[in-house]
Amino acid sequence: MATIIQRRKAVSLNPLKSSAPLGAALAYLGIEKGIPLFHGAQGCTSFALVLAVRHFKEAIPLQTTAMDEVATVLGGAPNLEEALLTLVRRMKPGFIGVATTALVETRGEDSEGDLRLILERNPELADTKVVLASTPDYAGALEEGWASATSAIIRSLVEPWSPSIRSFQQINVLPGVHQTPADIEGLREIIESFGFYPVILPDTSYSLDGHIADSWVPTSLGGTSLSEIANMARAVHTIAIGEHMRAPADTLTALTGVPATVFSTLTGLEPSDRLVSLLARLSLRPVPGRLRRHRAQLVDAMLDGHFHFGGKKVAIAADPDLLVSLSQFFSGMGASIVTAVASTGSNCNLKNIPVENVVVGDLMDLEDGAAQAGAELLVTHSHGRQAAERLGVPLMRVGFPIFDRLGVSHEETVGYRGTRSLIFRVANQFLGESHAHRPEDFGSAIPASAIITEEGRYASGTFATH
Amino acid sequence: MAESLNAKITALFDEPGCDANVAKGEKARKKGCSKPLQPGAAAGGCAFDGAKIALQPITDVVHLVHGPLACEGNGWDNRHAATSGPILYRIGATTDITETDIIMGNGEKRLYRAMREVIERYAPPAIIVYSTCVTALIGDDIGAVCRHATEKFGIPCIPVNAPGFVGSKNLGNKLAGEALLDHVIGTMEPEVSTPMDINILGEYNLSGELWQVKPLLEQLGIRLNACITGDARYHEVASAHRARVNMMVCSTALINVARKMEERWGIPYFEGSFYGIGDTSDALRTLARLLVAQGAGADLIERTEALIVAEEKRAWDRLEPYRERLAGKRVLLYTGGVKSWSIVSALQEMGMVIVSTSVRKSTDNDKQKIKDLMGGDAHMVDSIPPREMYAQLRRGDADILLSGGRTQFVALKARTPWMDINQERHHAFAGYDGMVTLVRELDTSLSNPVWEDVRRLAPWEQEDGEVGFDDEGVPALVPIG
Repeated sequence: MATIIQRRKAVSLNPLKSSAPLGAALAYLGIEKGIPLFHGAQGCTSFALVLAVRHFKEAIPLQTTAMDEVATVLGGAPNLEEALLTLVRRMKPGFIGVATTALVETRGEDSEGDLRLILERNPELADTKVVLASTPDYAGALEEGWASATSAIIRSLVEPWSPSIRSFQQINVLPGVHQTPADIEGLREIIESFGFYPVILPDTSYSLDGHIADSWVPTSLGGTSLSEIANMARAVHTIAIGEHMRAPADTLTALTGVPATVFSTLTGLEPSDRLVSLLARLSLRPVPGRLRRHRAQLVDAMLDGHFHFGGKKVAIAADPDLLVSLSQFFSGMGASIVTAVASTGSNCNLKNIPVENVVVGDLMDLEDGAAQAGAELLVTHSHGRQAAERLGVPLMRVGFPIFDRLGVSHEETVGYRGTRSLIFRVANQFLGESHAHRPEDFGSAIPASAIITEEGRYASGTFATH
Repeated sequence: MAESLNAKITALFDEPGCDANVAKGEKARKKGCSKPLQPGAAAGGCAFDGAKIALQPITDVVHLVHGPLACEGNGWDNRHAATSGPILYRIGATTDITETDIIMGNGEKRLYRAMREVIERYAPPAIIVYSTCVTALIGDDIGAVCRHATEKFGIPCIPVNAPGFVGSKNLGNKLAGEALLDHVIGTMEPEVSTPMDINILGEYNLSGELWQVKPLLEQLGIRLNACITGDARYHEVASAHRARVNMMVCSTALINVARKMEERWGIPYFEGSFYGIGDTSDALRTLARLLVAQGAGADLIERTEALIVAEEKRAWDRLEPYRERLAGKRVLLYTGGVKSWSIVSALQEMGMVIVSTSVRKSTDNDKQKIKDLMGGDAHMVDSIPPREMYAQLRRGDADILLSGGRTQFVALKARTPWMDINQERHHAFAGYDGMVTLVRELDTSLSNPVWEDVRRLAPWEQEDGEVGFDDEGVPALVPIG
């Protein structure tokens, strides 16, 4: 069992975290005709926007209440009101998701109350659903923002259970922020193959996947429709992925009575088996042939791939649920996790990571830990490139942001198929690094007596291998 | 907000070095250069962003951001300001303050500890500390913390007081300049000083552009004393006051620095550009003239003219093969500030047609220059809503869009070539050499066969007209007559 170590450093060097409002914005982008709106200074939006654009290589409709000095002193409510009216007038969105930033939260504004009053006195806003999540930058990271926004959407837009609601062959899915559009698409296919209709909240599979549309759309390009969200009580079951989606799942269950299962990960053979058997049980149908075939392919990939994972020393830094998921994957394939760094420390699954210590810290903690442990692979987002260069260790890019690779929306890691492709990606990375053997690789073959040791300082075995 | 910061901003809005500012009335001047932001329709960075952009290229110092995570966490290591050596500036350092720090008022203590940790780990020649909205709001006095730390650690700790809410990027540039004037420039002496020393202000060495210009200067024997701040070392900036001439390249971003350096140390300055062949030659000419007036050998002027003749010819020779391919191609130029007018002249040199150029961030001075270049002001647009730009490009009003990353996808989704000419770009476009690169890149983009392929409708789509495409009421872009 791992010990969670909260670093007591005053400075964060090479931050691992992305901010909570950005997580909320990504969730809001998974709603049809949606626009995320940051309540804060324009820089908060500008930085987040640029980062999101670099990651997705897509136009991201992210707006700001543009609080200036006067608003900072007197309060941001008039800015919020003007921003909402402007957005509705200019872009005609169906949905606006507001995420508060550190600036308004530090002022201690009652943004929720402000929003209520604004909606009451402006009939122009009646046709647009407006949701607000409290996401100060100084608390939590991407996962917290994504989860808060999802909870806020559920609380405001889902119709609570009533006797008149009939159940349908519907499954609600609450994916975590670490699920890519391709992951969501893959899940949809798995669920549909059992005859269920999946309602996925938030659904970035057609809004952030990167595709060309027939005309210019100023809002999100796809996503969960508002009517589907309203009707989530119709489902027979809810599937949530990642511990950070437990709170939204609980909120949804409390509101609708639909039972929920929270998967800590859907990467790997065993978690995929649990998902598929849950669906088989719920649908009373046999597992479709295609999934059986995918499972067989995954098992084969694990056999082919395990040669390249076994004994490899891996250092990972990520948001907690992604960290949990990847650690389980790597150690399950025979690699050992030598360094694990989480962006935040509240996730209860962190202690299950097969490593001595999980550090809640930054990429410098990853770099220091990896250097000390002699890691052979760094696994984190694109900002790990500095550490990778300095250490001369390859970097596998995961999570957010990935701004120096293409196609990140199409990287799949869940289910049999996703796990299979993840195994190949990693194994190929290791294969690319493999080198021809040379005599000096075999230092440990030299008989012990031939080694000149400094007395008492080195045990012969460890010295010889270094 | 601290009174001193207010006073500083008011003072910045009174800029005798800026013609636009001088022309304003008392009241208009107080409002600053940028228009008030409209909530819900604002784009662009904040003052903190601007300050960071202006100072981040100093390569051997640690840039420490005092604020909650997002300010640094969402934006670090994101520009291609290149370095010829130290890489310390690429580290993203922030105090990442938490709720507890805010409630307990621990911000200043945390900042001080953070500075100590940074110094213990890296021993940098200086630390530049940036305030942000939240830490300014809770009243953290970064100036006092920096003073104390400078004394305690014996390393210059420079406070940059430009919290995001005080204004735009441009204001942030200027506040960063003020920090340099107050705490850095003039605090050290250069190892060598010659009558041929110059500074370049507002050049950030994006994608290494400085190195396209530096060889030209070296050829003439002109020594770059300090570039503020592209590929700069701290001691270079600190001893910048010994240069003989200041060249200001990013329009008015650091005009306050140029003017005050003239007041304090008698260094003349001029505004020039290294974008475009003619502009580069003009800049070199002015540099030579001012240096000679400041005491450099008179032969510099002659040598400069000779270099210009040779380099212009070399550039044109290299451009010749492209002229035929590019002449008549229509360009929509959508960017702000300095790049507009300097690139307009560059493209016109190639016989390309500028169908429209935006002047969103340009000063009146910039606008006049564009007007002179293009003859009339019919083609200057303030801003084009994305929807409208999409329709114009989709309709084929322009052959290529040159802009920054924000509008990249408007062009790409309209299946139109696009080239990055803003700070995130990967190519260097400065000097004679940069112009050749720019034109080569333009040609590479325009001649890519992919455009024809992606514009083709799927075999099952209607051959006449495209489904769902609506450009009704969108004005057409009119080429210059």
